[in-house]
This record gives sequence, structure tokens and C-alpha cells, in this order.
Amino acid sequence: MAEEKNGKNGGKVGLLDRVKEKITGDVQALKTDIPTKAKEQIEGLKDPTKTQVYTSIFRHKHDETPRNRALGVLSNVFLHLHPAKINRDAVRYSYTWGMGGITFYLFIVLTFTGVLLMFYYHPTKVQAFRDVLYLEHDVPFGKLLRNMHRWAAHLMVIAVWLHMFRVFLTGSYKKPREFNWNIGVLLLVFTLLLSFTGYLLPDDQLGFWAVTVGTNMARATPLLGHEGPFGPLLGMTPYNDVRFGLLGGSIVDANALLRSYIWHCIGIPIVASVLMIVHFWRVRKDGGISGPAQVMLESEADKPRRGPTAAGA
Amino acid sequence: MDWRQLWEIISAPDNVPIVGLIPLLAFYIYLAWKQAHANDQLVAQLETDPAMAKTHHRKTWPFKPGWQKEVHVWPFLLRIEFLAAIIVTIILMVWSITLNAPLEEPANPNLTMNPAKAPWYFLGLQEMLVYFDPWIAGVVMPTLIIIGLMVIPYIDTNPKGSGYYTWKQRRFAISTFLFGFIILWVSMIIIGTFIRGPGWQWFWPGQTWDHNRLIYEVNRDLPDIFGITSNLGKAIFGLVIVGGYFALGGFLVYSLFRRYMPKDFSRMSLLQFSITQAFLLIMVALPLKMLLRLLWHIKYVWITPWFNI
Repeated sequence: MAEEKNGKNGGKVGLLDRVKEKITGDVQALKTDIPTKAKEQIEGLKDPTKTQVYTSIFRHKHDETPRNRALGVLSNVFLHLHPAKINRDAVRYSYTWGMGGITFYLFIVLTFTGVLLMFYYHPTKVQAFRDVLYLEHDVPFGKLLRNMHRWAAHLMVIAVWLHMFRVFLTGSYKKPREFNWNIGVLLLVFTLLLSFTGYLLPDDQLGFWAVTVGTNMARATPLLGHEGPFGPLLGMTPYNDVRFGLLGGSIVDANALLRSYIWHCIGIPIVASVLMIVHFWRVRKDGGISGPAQVMLESEADKPRRGPTAAGA
Repeated sequence: MDWRQLWEIISAPDNVPIVGLIPLLAFYIYLAWKQAHANDQLVAQLETDPAMAKTHHRKTWPFKPGWQKEVHVWPFLLRIEFLAAIIVTIILMVWSITLNAPLEEPANPNLTMNPAKAPWYFLGLQEMLVYFDPWIAGVVMPTLIIIGLMVIPYIDTNPKGSGYYTWKQRRFAISTFLFGFIILWVSMIIIGTFIRGPGWQWFWPGQTWDHNRLIYEVNRDLPDIFGITSNLGKAIFGLVIVGGYFALGGFLVYSLFRRYMPKDFSRMSLLQFSITQAFLLIMVALPLKMLLRLLWHIKYVWITPWFNI
């Protein structure tokens, strides 16, 4: 076959010609291929939502069809905390006050600012206070960071209280949401404990005496405190009672600082996060947010109800 | 009137949240009351008009047949959440730029702060230390508050008022919660923050905090008034008083429930009712003990070798 193709001019010259011919062909094609591809590329970029990268991230169109509005929520791991649709009146601010969501948002803000603060802080008696001074005077935006962490913490306490207040006033703890109310009470306690453990960390007079006052109460724990009822009878002393366990010593000192640091930055946030997951999950599983529901008349109060009533149903 | 003293207390950075809490609470109580009132009116209207009750959509907000009962979360809820996050961030930014977090001198165990105050959200409990021993104010009460909150859904057998604001359908539940939250918790915090000065003494707003002020107050124990001197006598006397309070109070709660809330009472099991009684009486005992102290300077009611109440 090769001989036939090479023809009478012999093998070697023919080879050179053929290479030349093919390369010219390539060059010719290059002149038309690349501009075509470039044109296609530019055309494609005019609608980035059609690129493979985009469609791999967002798996549906982003338009105003009911299907895609629902998918926008359902196909997003962060948004799918929500149902696709809710009671038309549940979006009214006057019903929920938005306090649960604001509490969660503040928790995120606190985690973010808290992690940044941890870069500048050593939980030791020698360095803790100096670190705060350094943070306030030398670290760029350090003062803002610390202020934000503190005020967000105070705001979170207030938001949690108002959230509980709203949930109570709307009777949202009633069947079938009893258990989630309990998770909420625990989250309230952990919010206060988070704030309280953070109070000691600047290692200043304010935190020191606040925590001293707070933990002195633990001395008086019945049975488990050395000044509490029946405590001494059970062999409680300042060196083995529940206060000793909290402080890691008989006074508020280096161990107390380390313990409150670890509770504040690791222990309680983990527990609170787990409880939050359960809390949000149960909001959905118990039929979404409680209302605004239809008002119930006196005559209907003792009629058996069929299953959990979803909001607005 | 010491305006400077007043300003110093109100503007102390850590007291600002409480100053903010007061108008916030007032606003949200108003908001809740407005909706409760509207719902109560609607209920009254529907109760008298059964035909309307069958067709009405049973909410105070407008609704017309053909309107969607539900809206899409995207965008109708998410835009609100996004807006809320932005507003909270702006508030936090402005607050953090304008007001510095407090930082006192380095911790010094040899230099006692006077007054030494717990963080503001625990000041209600610290205020209770005036009237109760630490084991009650610091340990038993917080525990009971937590447990008390947790039992609420299991003792409230009233099916009405689930998912909407109302006052008339839940008078007892709401007034009890308001009593506990506003009067016992928030107002004690306000007293602890703004009123209590050096030595945890009572200083009216605007009064100068006098670190040398001494108050000569002779507190007595209740058994002393009755001339009981022996330890055994005091223990038995206290037991009778405290036991009597719970027995008589329990009976009072029972007769009030039977008379004014017969339906709620009939829905409750014995266990539900006795838990309600117990928490109600413990809660009411708090201001009662405070009154005993404030009016008659009584320190303890029940004295035993192991604990005093």
C-alpha cells in the first residue's frame, strides 16, 4: 500500500511534500477554527448560567417559575432548612418578631469574631489581660472586633429572651411542639452559660469579681457544696466540692481561666450547636412554625383533632 | 439629685443592654397585645355568629377566596431574613464603633470590687441573695426556673391559643408568665443593676453611692417573734409554717381552679395539677418572703441545724 501511494517519485521526497502539505492544511484550519471557537466561547460567556461550572453548582434555572423558586430552596444545603412554601401570614414580622433567626445569626457572628479573637489570646494568667490590651491598642481593628463580640453576646441574650417570650405568647409550645420548647429552654441556659464563661476571659476586675460572685453560689449547692445544706455531712470541703470542679481550684485563678476558656470556645459551642441542629430540625418536623394559625373557638377546644395541625391549615 | 451618679450607672457599657431591653420589651408587649386584642375580638365575633365561623378564614389579616394560602420562601421569606441580617449587622457595627467594651484593671483578688456584681442577666438571682440563702438563690432557684420552664408545655392543657396571640383564651397562662418574666426576672435585674450600690444597699436613682453608709437593720427570725427558743421548737415551727403555706396555698389554688377554670381543671391529670400547684406556690413564695423582710424585717422562717429558709 505504501509503495502505491508514494508513486514514482520515490519514498523520501514524497514524505517531505506530504508533511508540508499537511502542515499547510493545519495552518489553514487554524485560521478558521480558532476564531470560530473564540466566537463560540464569547457567545457562551454572554450567558454564564449555561457554563458547565455554573450548572454543576446550581442545578436548575433561576427564574420566577414556581418550580425553580421551590428548587432554589430545596437544592441548597443552607436554605433547605426552610420548606419551599410557608403560610402567607408567617412572613409578617409582627408574628415571629424574627428573634429566633436573629439569635442564630448572632451566634454565627459570635463564632466568626470569636475565632478571630482566639488568634490573639492566651488563656494564661500572665498573658490574658495583656492580650486584651494588645488587641485594643495594637491589633488592626482589634478594638472593633472585641466590641462586636461583646455586644453581639449581650444582644444574643436579649434576642433569646424575646424569642422565648414570643413563643410563649403565641402558645407555640403546645402540642406537638412540647419537646422543641424543652430544647429551646436548654439553648437558653447554654446561651447564658456561654456569655458567663466569656465574662472571665479578659481577666480584669469586672470579670474576676462577677465570676467570683457567680461561682461562690456553687459553694452553697445542697449536698455537693461545702457550705450547702448537708454538704459537710457528705464530706464536702473547699477542695473537693462542686465549686472546686467548676474552677479547677478553690479560688478563681489560672485553672479557672483555662476552664472557662475551654468551656467558652469548645465545650459549650459544640453542645449548643448540636442542640440547635435538633431545634431547627424539630421546627420542620413538628409542622413548621406554629402560625399564624386559625383562631380556635371555645366549642372546638375539646374536639379530637386529627394529627398535628400545620400552620395555617 | 446626683445626675452624674445616675449617668454613670446608666451609661456603664455593660448596663447599656438593660437600658435597651426596657424599651424593646415595652415595644414587643405592645405588639403582642395589639394582635391579641384583634384576635380576641375576632373570636368574640365568630362565637356569636356560627354561620360566619364556618366560612371565615379565621385570621385578622385580610384574605380573599382565590388568594394563595402559602407563599414561596424564595423570595418572600429569604428577603426578610437577608434584610434582618443586614440590619442587625448595622446595629452591631454602630454599637461597636461608638461604645467600647468595658475593661477594668487587671484581676486582683486582694482588691474587692464594691459592689461586686454578676453579669447583668444574673442580677435577678444576685438580688435574691438579699432575701434567701445562697443555696436557694444561687442553686435551687435557677434549677427550679429551668425545670419550671420545661414543664410548661406538659402542664398547660388548654388547647386554645396555639399559634396566635390571644389574651382572653389564656388569661391564667399569660399572666403567670408575665409575672415570672417581667416582675420576678426583669424587674429584679433592673433593681440589681440600677438600684443596688456599695454593700448591695438600696440607693434610689440619682442618690449618691456612699461607700461609708451603714444601715442598722435588726432582722429577726419568725420563731423569735413567737418566743420559741429551742432548736427543736424552731425546726418544728418552721416546718408547720412552710408546710401550712403549701397546704393552704394548695387548697387555694385548687378552689380557684375549680371555680374560675373548671374546663382547664377537668382536662388536667392529678400529676399535672399538683406540678402546677407546686410551681405556682414556689413562685408566689418569692415575693411573699420579700414582703416579710421589707415589712417586718424577718430573716428566716424555718430554722434547722442544716439549712434555713
